[in-house]
Amino acid sequence: MIVDRDNWQEIFATIKKNKLRTTLTMLGVAWGIFMLVIMLGAGNGLRNGIMGAFGGIATNSFFLWTQPTTKPYKGLKSGRTFIYDNADVEALKKLPSMDIVCPQNQLGGFRQSNNVVRGLKTGTFNVMGQYPEFILVMKKDIVKGRFLNQKDIDDKRKICVIGPRVQEVLFKKDENPMGQYIRINGVYFMVVGLTRVSRGGQEGQEDAQAVYIPFTTFQKAFNFTNKVGWFVVKAKDNVTAEQAEQEAIAVLKERHKIAPDDKVAIGHWNMGVEFGKLNGLFSGIELLIWVVGIGTLLAGVIGISNIMLIVVKERTKEIGVKRALGATPANVVSQILLEALFITAIAGYAGLAAGIYCLEGLNILIGHEDGAMFTNPTVDISIAAKALSVIIVGGLIAGFIPARRAVAIHPVEALRTE
Amino acid sequence: MIKLNNIQKAYHIGKSEFKVLKGINAHIKEGEFVSIMGSSGSGKSTLLNVLGILDNYDSGEYYLNGTLVKNLSQTQAAHLRNKFLGFVFQSFNLLSFKNAMENVALPLYYQKVSRKERNKLALEYLDKVGLKDWAHHLPSELSGGQKQRVAIARALIGKPKVIFADEPTGALDSTTSLEVMDLFKGINAQGITLVVVTHENDISKMTDRIIRLKDGLIVTEEQETTIINQVILNK
Repeated sequence: MIVDRDNWQEIFATIKKNKLRTTLTMLGVAWGIFMLVIMLGAGNGLRNGIMGAFGGIATNSFFLWTQPTTKPYKGLKSGRTFIYDNADVEALKKLPSMDIVCPQNQLGGFRQSNNVVRGLKTGTFNVMGQYPEFILVMKKDIVKGRFLNQKDIDDKRKICVIGPRVQEVLFKKDENPMGQYIRINGVYFMVVGLTRVSRGGQEGQEDAQAVYIPFTTFQKAFNFTNKVGWFVVKAKDNVTAEQAEQEAIAVLKERHKIAPDDKVAIGHWNMGVEFGKLNGLFSGIELLIWVVGIGTLLAGVIGISNIMLIVVKERTKEIGVKRALGATPANVVSQILLEALFITAIAGYAGLAAGIYCLEGLNILIGHEDGAMFTNPTVDISIAAKALSVIIVGGLIAGFIPARRAVAIHPVEALRTE
Repeated sequence: MIKLNNIQKAYHIGKSEFKVLKGINAHIKEGEFVSIMGSSGSGKSTLLNVLGILDNYDSGEYYLNGTLVKNLSQTQAAHLRNKFLGFVFQSFNLLSFKNAMENVALPLYYQKVSRKERNKLALEYLDKVGLKDWAHHLPSELSGGQKQRVAIARALIGKPKVIFADEPTGALDSTTSLEVMDLFKGINAQGITLVVVTHENDISKMTDRIIRLKDGLIVTEEQETTIINQVILNK
């Protein structure tokens, strides 16, 4: 049926006869698909922009830090501060729901005095005591050299991995930082790796000015003894981040004599929960886009259905003649359906192409600025495929009522003289 | 070839019933050239619809080539029409976007004959009606007589047993009418049964037999004359 030359001859004859009418109607469908694609692309851009800030963080991870207690417990008054230590790390690692437990320590950072020096150049950077597993929780792209490894931890090596901003401030443009030394709070560290910023927003800026050194070296060099600043934890894949978080908090409360109902003392931030919220928000936006888009498209499809009804009406006699000459109802239905489908498909394809073209243009226009709210507003192939199937379904819907009308035409019509 | 036993058909308009065919009995033998005559409202169009399997009838029996034609599905009816019957219409009914050859080939399209094959056959049939040189012209470029000849070629190409012609000369002048009737006679001479509906006496006289319809019944010529006389006498 699809490759039948006679069917196509008839379709082109009808379209040619009513160029203006057909074009105007096709505009409706093209516009519908165009809007759908543009909106989906914009929704994608917003999602990419927002989600970019979380780039590379394992979605089942959470952070734990300390805050002053708010409840008296076991003879200890409220408002007490406490500090995590290495024994907490071992206790957390024993929990079956924990996959990776990364204790963290940090020096310097925001609004602190210069802490890193190289020759005459100085800068204030976030110096972090880190474990090698950290990159399994928060992805870091290594551009040059390597990240920390277990040997660094065991031997308490004085080496460091630096972010791009650190390189920019401390090194000349054509200088290779690998193997060079920088001084952190008076202690020399050798640069062994360079990272790249892989997420947007404030988090990306922080990444840019990070200096990672082995956790054990950090504790020894900067007199932290066995202190731990905070934890970054990744839950096992078979448990939810929320559940793992509850278990970890319970253990830490027990160890630091904190009232079990004290909700403040252990500060926590759960990626899984935040991620879920945002995902829900964007799914909602996407649903809205589809509802509005399909509504617009439906208006176009009804337009096509309408002109197909007119086509059937105009060709009543012709269809009657064909029926008299031996056309079966199936012949008649397929002809009308094919015509409706063809018009819808051409219009839809034009809309799709125009939409993608505009999105690409927009993409080039806004570029790839770090931390933008709106990134990469394009539709992927699966969305294009969805839009295409919407077009085809739309075409079939458009052809359905006219085709039924056409079949109802009796062959007697052929004998009726006007 | 065609046998009608007490065919009845009524149209329902709202709640009232309007009987159009009130019991038609007729027999048309193979190879006959028959004309159906009657004034408008006599039921001749309805009878042609029933004969051409374009419409159903309410009661009675219609045998075409020995098989009973009754309560067929649309698809079955389409296949029967395509296989056994040919049609020639008053207003030609050629498809405007197809040229003469493609119009002639149309019935074969529904028999799923390949395009090449059916166009070849169509050219042969166009040759038979003397229009081979016009094969690639659109209907709008043909005269009335030429259009009707194309339509006749189209009716012939399916090798039908019976050809029905509904006022085939109604839209033609007398010279072309005669040409068309000559063509019909030639076709009839090849053994194809022909049924022509007309209200022109000149045309019906050229056929072997005239079936006269009046108010849904077949009447003989004498009966009709008597009825007419009575009407005149009553005045």
